[in-house]
Amino acid sequence: MVISAETRAAIDAQIQKYPQRRGALLPALHLVQKEKGWIAPETARELAAIFEIQPIEVLEVVTFYNMFYDRPQGRHHVYVCTNLPCSLRGGRDLVHAIEQHLGIEAGETTKDGRITLGHEECLGACAWAPMLRIGETYHENLDVETAKRLLDELK
Amino acid sequence: MQKAPFVTGYLTEHTGDDAYATLDGYRARGGYEAAKRALTGMSPDEIVNLVKDAGLQGRGGAGFGTGMKWSFMPKGTDKPKYLVCNADESEPGSFKDRLLLERAPHQMLEGILIGAKATGAAKTFVYVRGEYAHPADVLERAIDEARAAGILGADCMGSGFAHDVVVTRGAGAYICGEETGLLESLEGKKGQPRKKPPFPAQYGAFGMPTTVNNVETFSHVPHILNKGAAWFRGFGTEKSPGTTIFGVSGLVQRPGLYELPLGTRLDTIVFDHAGGPLPGRKVKGVIPGGMSMPILPVSQLDVPMANEFLRERKTMLGTGGVMVLDDSVCMVRVACVVTYFFRDESCGQCTQCREGTGWMNKIVQRIERGAGSKGDLDILLDVAAKMEGQTICAFADAAAWPVQGLLRHFREDFEAHIEHGKCPFPESFQL
Ligand SMILES: Cc1cc2nc3c(=O)[nH]c(=O)nc-3n(C[C@H](O)[C@H](O)[C@H](O)COP(=O)(O)O)c2cc1C
Ligand code: SF4
Ligand code: FES
Repeated sequence: MVISAETRAAIDAQIQKYPQRRGALLPALHLVQKEKGWIAPETARELAAIFEIQPIEVLEVVTFYNMFYDRPQGRHHVYVCTNLPCSLRGGRDLVHAIEQHLGIEAGETTKDGRITLGHEECLGACAWAPMLRIGETYHENLDVETAKRLLDELK
Repeated sequence: MQKAPFVTGYLTEHTGDDAYATLDGYRARGGYEAAKRALTGMSPDEIVNLVKDAGLQGRGGAGFGTGMKWSFMPKGTDKPKYLVCNADESEPGSFKDRLLLERAPHQMLEGILIGAKATGAAKTFVYVRGEYAHPADVLERAIDEARAAGILGADCMGSGFAHDVVVTRGAGAYICGEETGLLESLEGKKGQPRKKPPFPAQYGAFGMPTTVNNVETFSHVPHILNKGAAWFRGFGTEKSPGTTIFGVSGLVQRPGLYELPLGTRLDTIVFDHAGGPLPGRKVKGVIPGGMSMPILPVSQLDVPMANEFLRERKTMLGTGGVMVLDDSVCMVRVACVVTYFFRDESCGQCTQCREGTGWMNKIVQRIERGAGSKGDLDILLDVAAKMEGQTICAFADAAAWPVQGLLRHFREDFEAHIEHGKCPFPESFQL
């Protein structure tokens, strides 16, 4: 058993909300990932058993969605929006500055496992560009210096 | 984010007030009175007819009549029926639903409850894009409050009508905004759109009759019940009544949200409300309704923002996401960003879409690098034409339209790259 009893109870509560068990698969993946950081093969197998489906069906879902990870991640996710409205207002310059600051490229994780950097499509904050999200938190109206400071504060 | 738009209307009048997101605050402003009337004193047909008379059109992008859509739900079936509230808001350039979720969750819930009575739905699933963690939390709190107060549950406001609302978070796939992609995702699967027919009203979420509406669409409904169809038609145009929330972004003085009547002219939005271009710059073109909608050149901004007028200019209102591009901007780079997005987000089921989005991206990147040839533009248009109207869902059309729009109005930018073998816009945003 890799999924904690607490997370398992939360998954069972989600299952109650849907007319079919499998409706709770995305919520369950969010819950498990919150606990584990990513969806390892043994986690996928355990979820498959809970949802009474094949492990491959869990993995198909994991790989279809950008927010689920099938490999280990940095402790923090930093995603910079590079869609058009953000690009027009410095979104891409911000990615490049952060890449330099961290010494990695978008899509990579720092050697100490602290930060996974990515660029992302529109996050619904276009008027407050450039912007990035750290995990679930949005940071809007950024400049390069403020962004660097935010990253330096991440443990 | 803004707590309230720069210009407010009936939808956003109170969003600046933090208490409005709480049940007490919402009730203090007359909240849930309309739902109470709908649940206790109106028949489903009366509600559907009122919404039809008001002429409310969906605000999720396609602009379909809401009352009409509700009337498609089968009557007299023993199957459970569902509503789905589409809060996936992933169309680039759109950020209005986020405001309504975060600042006015009860307004949307009240609209849902009225829609539930009109369609006989037992449950509503609100599908919130995965990145909107905070809006989803605010909504969950609002639902808990409504449930605790007996507004939702087995006996909504003592009416005998039962309804509950479930929040499901997506996980970062644009295609889950398409209503049948959304339904697949809601069922715990890959978000690959379904072939239609059957339409969701026959075979929707978990195989049951389902109606999908956008966050903003539901949010208009309580106001229609409170003030009537004639009042609603006092805003907007004859064919497109009501207000909508425009999200202005890009190279403009005052980017942000503006609630304005449909039919407000695009140049009024860009120059009067949003303050026009940045100092020393001129507007070059404006994308009027989110990234899927074809761009208009500055000479054509004298158009009322309503589909009956925008269609004459070969574009549409979409989500009301207004993106302003100035004279520094290279339109080939814009095409690179746009085609990259659609290539990346295609769900891959249809050959025309999967291959076409990749080709378009490759060709415009080649042109941007200065390696394009004269025939490339015709190939681009040919690929775009073959993607339109051929696929399982409208994503492929949404991918073709912006490329067609850029070539219709800014062909000279593309030709200049091909002719000179480099980008002639040194001040443009970088890729
Ligand atoms: C590719 C694609 C993406 C879409 N994304 C969204 C979205 O994020 N939010 C939304 O409300 N509608 C979206 N739609 C439209 C929905 O399919 C559907 O028409 C809408 O949710 C219906 O609600 P309405 O009638 O209230 O507008 C999208 C459509 C397509 C083809
Ligand atoms: S048109 Fe594109 S996104 Fe839509 S179903 Fe076909 S491949 Fe998927
Ligand atoms: S383009 Fe960056 S938030 Fe919309």
